[in-house]
Amino acid sequence: MADPDQFVAADLACIRGERFVFSKLRFTLSNGDALALVGPNGAGKSSLLRLLAGLLPASDGKLTWNGAPVGDEPDAHRARLHYLGHLDAVKPALTPLESLAFHAQLRGEMPGATALKTALDALGIAGLADLPGRFLSQGQRRRAALARLRATSARLWLLDEPTLGLDADALVRLADLIDTHRSQGGIVIVATHGGLDLGPHTTLELGTARNAGMAA
Amino acid sequence: MNAVLAVLLRDLRLAWRAPGDSLNVVLFFVLTVVLFPLGIGPEIETLQRISVGVVWVMALLACLLSLDRLFRDDAEDGSLDLFALSPVALEFLVLSKVLAHWLISAVPLIVISPVLALSLHMPVEAFPALLSSLLLGTPTLSLIGAIGAALTLGSRKAGVLIGLLVLPLYIPVLIFGVAAVDAAAQGLPAQPHLLLLGGLLALFLPVAPVAAAAAIRQAQQ
Repeated sequence: MADPDQFVAADLACIRGERFVFSKLRFTLSNGDALALVGPNGAGKSSLLRLLAGLLPASDGKLTWNGAPVGDEPDAHRARLHYLGHLDAVKPALTPLESLAFHAQLRGEMPGATALKTALDALGIAGLADLPGRFLSQGQRRRAALARLRATSARLWLLDEPTLGLDADALVRLADLIDTHRSQGGIVIVATHGGLDLGPHTTLELGTARNAGMAA
Repeated sequence: MNAVLAVLLRDLRLAWRAPGDSLNVVLFFVLTVVLFPLGIGPEIETLQRISVGVVWVMALLACLLSLDRLFRDDAEDGSLDLFALSPVALEFLVLSKVLAHWLISAVPLIVISPVLALSLHMPVEAFPALLSSLLLGTPTLSLIGAIGAALTLGSRKAGVLIGLLVLPLYIPVLIFGVAAVDAAAQGLPAQPHLLLLGGLLALFLPVAPVAAAAAIRQAQQ
């Protein structure tokens, strides 16, 4: 790999409502790695992903990218990550194509119309490109949100239960997407309850012991 | 700055496709102003004396009406998270949303205000001052409103709360706005009051986006 990346968490802790969600959590990820976050509801998977994205401050511990704390350069960290939460951020009044173009511009990129169509096609919704979002089903909205991963580039993908509402066909497409991203040197961290074929990956189990997130 | 422009254009496009919200604001403005002659009676002198205050207060309340939705829609569908994760600083994106809010909600009010002022028998000499005071004052209302809208993001009953938070801060804008038009109506120069309105705008232009962005980040935790 031309530019080896390393994303390291050391002794991360998260306190929500005066309660430890997790603590002493550590992992090391480099190019092509995938990390699956598993654990029961409320184990802190979403909190961890929001923390890794920088939306939530860490109560303790260090998060570094190539040795530099991500908090030192938050803009650079935001520029290298894609975050996909539970919500799709697809507006009822906008078509998937417009939505996709907007979110690309929000990330400072300007993909052409063909690149956007390709991204929608990769998720199997090229035919819905010009249909306003309010006519899309839940799964179709999810696919439109996932197309953002394909339309713009980011080294680090943080996916919070990306499989919600997806059918078998979409699951395969998502697995392909993740596979391609990893083969290009990307890093994926995904919270999942199963159903997604990640290929070789490490697993981080949250919520097994209240004070000890296991490191992979 | 690509992203800033994209946010502005998206908000304008959303408003264009669902024009109900901005129409409601204009209708509220028109209907409430028209209530005054009905409630007070048609004496020209009385109406003339209250005309400036009525137009300004109602424009201010109409601006307040649409604030609730400023960040709420984006917060509810997850867009606001992605705003905060854009490489462009959230402060600039907030400023862009405020500008969109002003264009959508306040500009129609400014455009229609001379007609309403006429129905209250406001002297025609005061019209330039009315328009310039609204043009300078309403952006400040949108900016202050953005702070209120961002602070109440976590609250269920945001509508009333925004009003309580924001109205005290609207008072200086109202005072100088009305003073400018009153001065013009009496043949005095409106410029000093307009300059003060400009000063308020210059104060809140940098302060409000920073405060609102901080409140949004707080709400996202």
